Amino acid sequence: MINLLLLPIILPFFFAVILLFFKEKIVAQRIITFVSLIISLIASIILMATIKSDGIQTVTLGSWPAPFGITMVSDMLSALLVTTSIVITLFVVWYSFSSIGNERERFYYYPAVLFMLTGVNGAFTTGDIFNMFVFFEVLLMASYVLIVLGGEKKQLRESIKYILVNVISSALFVITIALLYSVIGTVNMADIAVKVAEVGQPGIITVIAILFLLVFGIKGAIFPLYFWLPGSYAAPPMPVLALFGALLTKVGVYAITRTYTLFFIHNTAVTHELLLILSIFTIIAGCIGALAYFDLKHIMIYNIVIAVGVILFGVAQMNDNGMTGAMYYLMHDMIIKGALFLLIGIIIAITGTSNLRKMGGLMKTHAPLGWMYLVAAFGLAGIPPLSGFAGKLLIAKGAFEAGHAWGSIIMLASSLIVLLSVIRIFIYAFWGEPKLDEANQSVSYRNLMTPAVLLVILSVAYGVGTEWLIPYMTDASDVLLNPSMYVDAVLKE
Amino acid sequence: MEFVMAIVIGILFMAAVYLILSRSLLRIILGTGLLSHGAHLLILTMGGLGGTSPPVLAEGVTDYVDPLPQALILTAIVISFGVTAFIIVLFFRTYGELKTDNMNLMEGNDEHD
Repeated sequence: MINLLLLPIILPFFFAVILLFFKEKIVAQRIITFVSLIISLIASIILMATIKSDGIQTVTLGSWPAPFGITMVSDMLSALLVTTSIVITLFVVWYSFSSIGNERERFYYYPAVLFMLTGVNGAFTTGDIFNMFVFFEVLLMASYVLIVLGGEKKQLRESIKYILVNVISSALFVITIALLYSVIGTVNMADIAVKVAEVGQPGIITVIAILFLLVFGIKGAIFPLYFWLPGSYAAPPMPVLALFGALLTKVGVYAITRTYTLFFIHNTAVTHELLLILSIFTIIAGCIGALAYFDLKHIMIYNIVIAVGVILFGVAQMNDNGMTGAMYYLMHDMIIKGALFLLIGIIIAITGTSNLRKMGGLMKTHAPLGWMYLVAAFGLAGIPPLSGFAGKLLIAKGAFEAGHAWGSIIMLASSLIVLLSVIRIFIYAFWGEPKLDEANQSVSYRNLMTPAVLLVILSVAYGVGTEWLIPYMTDASDVLLNPSMYVDAVLKE
Repeated sequence: MEFVMAIVIGILFMAAVYLILSRSLLRIILGTGLLSHGAHLLILTMGGLGGTSPPVLAEGVTDYVDPLPQALILTAIVISFGVTAFIIVLFFRTYGELKTDNMNLMEGNDEHD
């Protein structure tokens, strides 16, 4: 089963190609997409079990020996991220059946989703820095299609900005790889780690490290590079926003985590200190945004920014607790953001607006939605035993151990602001007198509720089952903290 | 030779930044094109220019140029070609819909569309 780790990348790609032949047959498209995601999910779960029992899996394409061929590496972190991405995509696709609309379905919505999943899984799995650029482009290209699909005025206006930002950051990515190549002379990530360690990270490599932070920071939306995110993410329809919010920024976060734990670990006084400061500013900027808006979408989008800050704050600690917490919080955030975006998508579908001031009284008409939203909101804020708690606890513990007490106090205070921002949605949308038009009362929301409710239940299970999941998270953080494990798995066949 | 290339790349980046900072969308797109050209030349130069040596290792050849930057630049060119084609089509659609190519007029949010 040596090619097992390629399956989560190849399967969505293969089925996406098949889907291109059934443009008009919407039912066939739905069935094939759903089945392909289930098959990919099974493959990724088997992969995770294999990694748990046998350690890191690697494949070098074309059987070229390791530093020369393109290597694909699946450690526990990659496998967890791949599995979570497929789960989120599965539920979002299910939700799309009854919300995205026939027009978009007929114009290659599902193939674009699957192509994007190919790129996301590839970026999580690859062990070659240039190959990571290629997979970034795959997922970006699919995301360009998704963000502009439908061609509404607002979408066109915002997607131009989204694409320009990403084209420029891709050019920066190529420039950074070129500079790294001129200094180190390899693009294989394990080989880079070895050679950076050999030369002991002189100043030029620290500069390259900061360039990488810039490149991935634009994709991952850290302070002050998140400026493009709120406008662009608010433009596409809700399922696309849920996919982007749950997956795309996390690819940037993963890339920062990988490069900052594998390559640039010899001058942490500069690089990781910078990452720490930026992550705290990211949290603060996200909090300000989350409180400033009365628009459902914008409030949730700024919550993405806060979560990116929290995860990177955990990564920047570079110790056991901080890293395990960051990994735990990363998966938690993907699931809970998916769930919350689907739920507020339902609220927007029912009320017909995303402006909080124009809604009210949904509790009288749609009580189950209210309760589900409340559970998800508490989960996001990290109220025990829901899923945000364990991650934040570990990150705070790690930060105190590393002597960053102030940072962890700010991070913990941000939980309160997160809670305030989501509860504000609850108060405005669910309390008070109903403001619904008669026309909107008839909107059937049962089909939309099923995937959203299942995702909320999954996040609750993730919180309650912390004890069983921690071994997987420690496996993931072990590889990050001991780069030699990664290097040995790739270079010593 | 590397020195000349460095100046060429610098001029490309300079022109690209100038164009990207302008208001007209078409100029910005041209700027991104120049930016990626600069990046591609940078890859090629960073691998070391080999003069007339062949980029393959064959029997009896001891002096060969690093083939990897050429593989990388090829991939990067194809990708930037695809993205540029996409963005130009998108520009065309946006221009048709919004009747402007001035980025200053493309601001706005939900409340003031």
